[in-house]
Amino acid sequence: MNYLYYPGCSLEGTAREYDISTRALMAAMGADLVDIEDWTCCGASAAEALSELLTLVLPARNLALAEAMDLAGRDLLVPCSACYLNLRRVEEKTRVSHALRDRINEALSVEGLVYRGQTRTRHLLDVLARDMGAPVLGRRVARPLTGIRVAPYYGCQCLRPYPAFDDPETPRSMEPLIRAAGATVHDWTMGGRCCGASHMNTKMAVGLERVEALLTAAQGADVIATVCPMCQMNLEAFQKKALRGTEASPVAVVYLPQLLGLAVGLDPEVLGLGLNLAITPDFRQKLDRIPTAA
Amino acid sequence: MALAEETAIDLGAMTQATAALDEIRAMVRPCIQCGTCTGSCPNEFAMDLTPRHMWRLVLLGRTEEVLASRTFSLCSACYLCSLRCPRGLPLTEAMGRLKQLAARRRLPHLRSGNLFYRNFIASVRRHGRVREMEFMSLYFAQMMNPWLPLRYAGMGMRLLRRGKVELRLPSRGSGRLVNLFDKVAEMESRS
Repeated sequence: MNYLYYPGCSLEGTAREYDISTRALMAAMGADLVDIEDWTCCGASAAEALSELLTLVLPARNLALAEAMDLAGRDLLVPCSACYLNLRRVEEKTRVSHALRDRINEALSVEGLVYRGQTRTRHLLDVLARDMGAPVLGRRVARPLTGIRVAPYYGCQCLRPYPAFDDPETPRSMEPLIRAAGATVHDWTMGGRCCGASHMNTKMAVGLERVEALLTAAQGADVIATVCPMCQMNLEAFQKKALRGTEASPVAVVYLPQLLGLAVGLDPEVLGLGLNLAITPDFRQKLDRIPTAA
Repeated sequence: MALAEETAIDLGAMTQATAALDEIRAMVRPCIQCGTCTGSCPNEFAMDLTPRHMWRLVLLGRTEEVLASRTFSLCSACYLCSLRCPRGLPLTEAMGRLKQLAARRRLPHLRSGNLFYRNFIASVRRHGRVREMEFMSLYFAQMMNPWLPLRYAGMGMRLLRRGKVELRLPSRGSGRLVNLFDKVAEMESRS
């Protein structure tokens, strides 16, 4: 379980705890991560709104850097779903069109870089669900999260348009991991529904409508587990606004590696749990009641 | 700021828009108007035209009506319509092409999204990686709506307190990706 690692911009800023907990969990599971040297932004959802070529060239630059490293044979691990899709799109599109790869390489030539199409981009959830797997996790669980009810939230872009590891309509890949961690799965149908993405910044009313729908469906769960910085931010930072005038209660929202890290016995501080914006008192109390690993 | 400094509509813009729309039309030509896209879209409730209706106008080449709508700007790229389309059409990608076409025209009714994305990508061009606080501040400044930042002030304070964003004056940065951006702009102007 050794990977090249692309954190992406959010994981250096608003999603720092996603980076911290991913590194901590992977280290605890014996995996080695090596950052792509000199990585830059993948274009997020901004490039696609402005330029088709930029949408491909920005992620391709990072793939070319990954190929140039000594450890180029390793899969590329990416926790952010938007980064994952952008990087993966370049792999998928250039596989079927060498003309497109040539066009991308013409742009990359100003940086002295070449993309050969040899990378293999993997989402963190893919790696946790298939490379590590629930049985391996289960053997490492030191502090089973008994009595904690988790709503698995996948969002969109780790599932679609490239369904690499899960059903893109009815995703289930988090469930065995949550059970292996000793927690209970909140049964809902909203796991693969959109959080509103960047509409929260430009069309807030639309974003709030999406978040309200998700938080309402999550009622009864102690915590929502996410695998994308944008989903996490929308669900945690706008709860008060989204739930104003409704009967629904706030719900804690954490990144999946934070949750699994707790079960493995890692300290909440080591998992950056102090950085989340929506840790409810109820969730905190339930956690505190679970004995810490000996 | 190549993208941010592009000049406004020139005389050929209409012809360009029609040519670009031709490409998008080719992407959705097999559409059978079943409406699965509309039924799947999480943001359809906020759209003026349903996705199905908008694709019909694209097929008919009614460029101005398509660009006057907000429908494509409300696509959050969830890819549900692309997944479910019985004709297997790349609808989300076609939505992206419409966003790009509209961005070149700087349409006033899509100003907020346009400014948001332009400031985001300009920050990437300057620094290589996006600086969230910097581009949001510039976006707010250009929106010229004194109430807008207040809606995000609470979140901003919580992020600052946790050291997740930094207050820094906007800077020219290292120009890390300027050459690459300029090359992309040059290639796109050729095609």
